[in-house]
Amino acid sequence: MSPLAQLLEAALFAAARPLSVEELLALEPEAGAAAVDAALVEIRDTFVGGIHGIELVEIGEGWQFLTRRDYAEAIERAEFAVRPRRLSPAALETLAIIAYRQPVGRIEVDEIRGVDSGAVIDKLLERGLVEIVTRGEGLGRPLLYGTTPQFLETLGLKDLEELPRLDELQVALRPPAPAEPE
Amino acid sequence: MTTPVPVMGDANGFVVELEQFSGPLDLLLHLIREDELDITDLPIAKIADQFLAVIGELGLNQAADYLEMAARLLRIKAQMLLPRRAGDDEWEDPRAELVRRLLEYQQIRELVEWLGAAAVRRAEQFGRGFAPTPAAPATPAPLVIDLNDLLAAAERVIALIPEPVLHRVVPRPLDVEGATARIEELLARHEAFGWLEVVGERPTIVDVLSTFIALLELAKRGALSVRQDGPFAPIQIRRESPRPAA
Repeated sequence: MSPLAQLLEAALFAAARPLSVEELLALEPEAGAAAVDAALVEIRDTFVGGIHGIELVEIGEGWQFLTRRDYAEAIERAEFAVRPRRLSPAALETLAIIAYRQPVGRIEVDEIRGVDSGAVIDKLLERGLVEIVTRGEGLGRPLLYGTTPQFLETLGLKDLEELPRLDELQVALRPPAPAEPE
Repeated sequence: MTTPVPVMGDANGFVVELEQFSGPLDLLLHLIREDELDITDLPIAKIADQFLAVIGELGLNQAADYLEMAARLLRIKAQMLLPRRAGDDEWEDPRAELVRRLLEYQQIRELVEWLGAAAVRRAEQFGRGFAPTPAAPATPAPLVIDLNDLLAAAERVIALIPEPVLHRVVPRPLDVEGATARIEELLARHEAFGWLEVVGERPTIVDVLSTFIALLELAKRGALSVRQDGPFAPIQIRRESPRPAA
């Protein structure tokens, strides 16, 4: 591997979270983003092909070394690591709405789910999966929520583009009707 | 989707929602799917009856969200019964809004499956120094705000602060006794004198107040009379012979 790739490999090994290309550039500012991209691909290819127990994964707007899926069972059985708790259906519903409608306020989430979502949103905030992005216009300037890099990481997504497009879903939805006052 | 298990006689009341349905829309979708009904042409009377039966059976009737949906269904049911002229283009299907919401919610459920599967798949891989999420300290959401917003917010907050009521405690601020003594001294020497002779050339506010109170007090006792010919005119003070106490 090239010297730059080796340097990046060391940094990625040392970090316990995904590192973005911008962050990795700090190691060697003169290298340039293109060279860092190329080096990342070089590392990824080195670990591909079933010859290593780990792989370099593009996730959460960055890159991270992760263990290969094949070993999840064994690692968990030996209690070296535990899988995170699964998200409840209510949490996933709320996340889905926030992910697709962001920035979105609590009222809109409540409306789509048909139930009060305040407590669920607070939990998601606590877990760092959503954050307050801005405040909306209108009465009381409601807080508007959006998803975080942590959300992408928890779902193993590179970026929001990886979410399924709405028209790819089985249920095709007509464009959202303008909110009618009741 | 799990099949609802009635949990009657459960004192906890509303635990059912958490286990089976995430809300009235979820319950409705469940009923629709169970009976393989056409979502765009809902037999509203049937679905309303079933909905009411289930929320009674599940002991959900405390939950406002479910009751609100029940009321909505009954209203739509009533609207469907209203006669309408054949070929009336103006007629709007009273079910339209509900159907739109159901479809929207169904789409969210699809996404939930997708997101859930993605999370499960992600959980099969461990990163370095992996710690299960609950152990991680909760980081508060970063506050994103620009300077103008911050200043505007600060101004709003400051505007809300009530003027602090500050009492400056000064020991014996008014020297009424001193003023009384001074007036009595003047009274002994002169039959009549003016205000300025009592307070002096450059009186402080405390001097003015003390003197004024002393004057009023002495006037009340009948030791002197006070006269002012017009607003802002000089105050004339004249000695009186003290009346015997009534």
